[in-house]
Amino acid sequence: MKRTTSLCLLLSLPVLAACGTESTKQPTGGDEAAARTVAVDSGDDACDVSTAEAPAGTLTFNVKNSGSDVTEFYLLAEDGLQIIAEIENIGPQSTKTLTVSAPEGSYLTACKPGMTGDGIRADFTVTESDEEVVVSADDQELIETAQANYAAYVEDQSAQLLEQTTEFVRLYLAGDDDAARALYPVARTHWERIETVAESFGDLDPKMDAREADLAEGEKWTGWHLIEKDLWPARAENYTPLTSAERATFANDLLANTQVLDDRIQELTYTIDQIANGSRGLLEEVANGKVTGEEEFWSRTDLWDFQANVDGAKVAFGGVKPILDSKDPELSAQLTERFDALQVLLDEQRVGEGFKYYDELTPEEIKALADAVNALSEPLSNLTAAVLG
Amino acid sequence: MTTGISRRGLLGGGAAVGVGAAAFVAGRATADTSEAPSGSGGSGEHAFRGEHQAGIVTDVQDRLHFAAFDVVDTASREDLIALLKAWTVAAERLTRGEPAGEIGPVEGSTNAPPDDTGEAIGLPASNLTLTFGFGPGLFRDARGRDRFGLADRRPEALEDLPHFPFDALDPVRSGGDLCVQACADDPQVAVHAIRNLARIGFGTVGVRWSQLGFGRTSTTNTSTQTPRNLFGFKDGTANVMADEDEALAENVWVAESEGEGWLAGGSYLIARRINMRIETWDRQPLGDQEEFVGRTKGSGAPLSGGSEFTEPDFEMGGSNDQPIIPVSAHVRVVHPTMHGGARMLRRGYNFVDGSDPLGGLDAGLFFIAYVRDPRTHFIPAQLEMARNDALMEYLKFTSSAIFAVPPGIAEREYVGQALFT
Repeated sequence: MKRTTSLCLLLSLPVLAACGTESTKQPTGGDEAAARTVAVDSGDDACDVSTAEAPAGTLTFNVKNSGSDVTEFYLLAEDGLQIIAEIENIGPQSTKTLTVSAPEGSYLTACKPGMTGDGIRADFTVTESDEEVVVSADDQELIETAQANYAAYVEDQSAQLLEQTTEFVRLYLAGDDDAARALYPVARTHWERIETVAESFGDLDPKMDAREADLAEGEKWTGWHLIEKDLWPARAENYTPLTSAERATFANDLLANTQVLDDRIQELTYTIDQIANGSRGLLEEVANGKVTGEEEFWSRTDLWDFQANVDGAKVAFGGVKPILDSKDPELSAQLTERFDALQVLLDEQRVGEGFKYYDELTPEEIKALADAVNALSEPLSNLTAAVLG
Repeated sequence: MTTGISRRGLLGGGAAVGVGAAAFVAGRATADTSEAPSGSGGSGEHAFRGEHQAGIVTDVQDRLHFAAFDVVDTASREDLIALLKAWTVAAERLTRGEPAGEIGPVEGSTNAPPDDTGEAIGLPASNLTLTFGFGPGLFRDARGRDRFGLADRRPEALEDLPHFPFDALDPVRSGGDLCVQACADDPQVAVHAIRNLARIGFGTVGVRWSQLGFGRTSTTNTSTQTPRNLFGFKDGTANVMADEDEALAENVWVAESEGEGWLAGGSYLIARRINMRIETWDRQPLGDQEEFVGRTKGSGAPLSGGSEFTEPDFEMGGSNDQPIIPVSAHVRVVHPTMHGGARMLRRGYNFVDGSDPLGGLDAGLFFIAYVRDPRTHFIPAQLEMARNDALMEYLKFTSSAIFAVPPGIAEREYVGQALFT
């Protein structure tokens, strides 16, 4: 479960997905670098850009807000409509850096003090240079494909979650606990594959996926893990099994919330950076809860969740991979290789259709999994910047 | 006073004592804030006795060793008082840079173990402060027993903290009947102090848990640069400072009028060991890190602009119709303006206790705060943080404790004496 509500996924951003980024990519050294570094002073009524032209390549705009309102800075295409790169939320008296890969051509710069109107615009020219700037005309198409595919994936997983949860609830209410236990990790797989999306609903997530210690004193515990404890009470001290009436209350509540989740998911759209961040986020879920065996404390079915998080991360990565292939093929190859290496380790723990329980793993096996998660997560943390850059 | 070789004598670092002593004579109110500045592992000293205990508003030293003790089952009220007297004598010596015992580490009989353990031979006082506190268990233990006839003197606010959402506390390093906070500019001096106090205590108390801190994360004066926590951000920018007399009275010191008289001029100490998910944090984009905190990583200025000490403007709108300081930003969630103006005096330290079995740093912030009343000055902010703070995703609270810190120790008194009389 996520600790705090994040609604960022739900905001539809009125900008093209392929916007620039506050990138960590550093321009190459020397005079060339100096020529590609542009100082911008955004005042209340002025937008001073230190130069009106720069050689093609990775340009760095250091935007200082000397005004009294929050400002934004844009690099626009010649038509003055298409946003090539932007940087938002520059507070008064602060400076932010925008890095953008720009090919030869005519552009416009714009400061937008107060964040309204067309902004204070000026012509900006990017001249020919030795630095090759890869621009794929198909980028927009690739982006749209990735967005559509990811939305379809999330909707499909949500539908399966609803279907499996319905069956799980039926078994649990019928008292067929063995069958319910067998289905528990399988049904949750569909939650874990889209966990970063599911937990973005700050009202549903705590009702569905909270662990007991996640709650404050006096708060009522509901959801998957409460039922998990009831099905696997072995590690609980002095546990009183739920009555039939309690079972019905909690199981029906879970099912109702799953239905609400599915309804809401139909409305979602995803920007390309949200998809890339989702991939990283799912690996963080692995690192924080699954590889440590904290997620499924009662059932010990953490490896099912682990695999599902990795599945979801791999799908999100696969979606943006065609874009990454043109922008940073080395990173793309490295990520592919490390996803594979992690999968090899997970496959070693398979038993039949499922996995070993967490307490059947040796410390060495857990350590090897943790190392593979780190090996993947580190380059994965650069995915968003690379895809946007 | 002492017959053995004093550590101070060896080093010739006694000059600062005069300053401290003079200040004490001039007025106890200023006793523990007026000595030589800390910061460079120097030979500065802080007076042990004064209106308030040293180690609260005192300029924050570089290093920490914090220990919690439980009183053993066989100890009586008289044993407890005897220990507090012995600790008072030893603590006063240690803060002067002298050995813990009267004989000294190498001056005594070759047939007997020395009454000071010796690792601080040659080291100056290093601004050592020793601050003592009493936990809820001293008044009534977990089994409901009033072991020392103190149950009716327990201040109402001295209760185990409630369970906060996402708490993952390790009971063996939470709580405690007594605590000693040792702060010094040299880690060896801080460890030496706790080690010798623990030794004096054997038979009456046992160490329950202890924690080392290696880098202060707050200051109590505006002239020192605000230090950084292990997230790489400045911490404690809006701390209560030593010279804010009114704010200290309002937020830190227990007033004469409230609760138990023996605690007047004292405070409540809250200690929380906060593990950081370091590796995950390091993979967050800079812009995200800054939005989680609500400040820029470089200067520490709020995202609403200005410099480090500019007040954050929580109303300022930003892009996409969201406030420029996000609703879940740490600086907003815990800001005094969100909690009826209640402030804390923070004195936390960074810690790294090696690595965990998965190869991650076992590291974070050992949070220490002094407040006038935890019910108004700590619990609401902590609850709000647990529920709504973006940083929670990268934190894990692994220990928690609360202590009532008695007021300063007057001449010929022992620490906490008013509680027993």
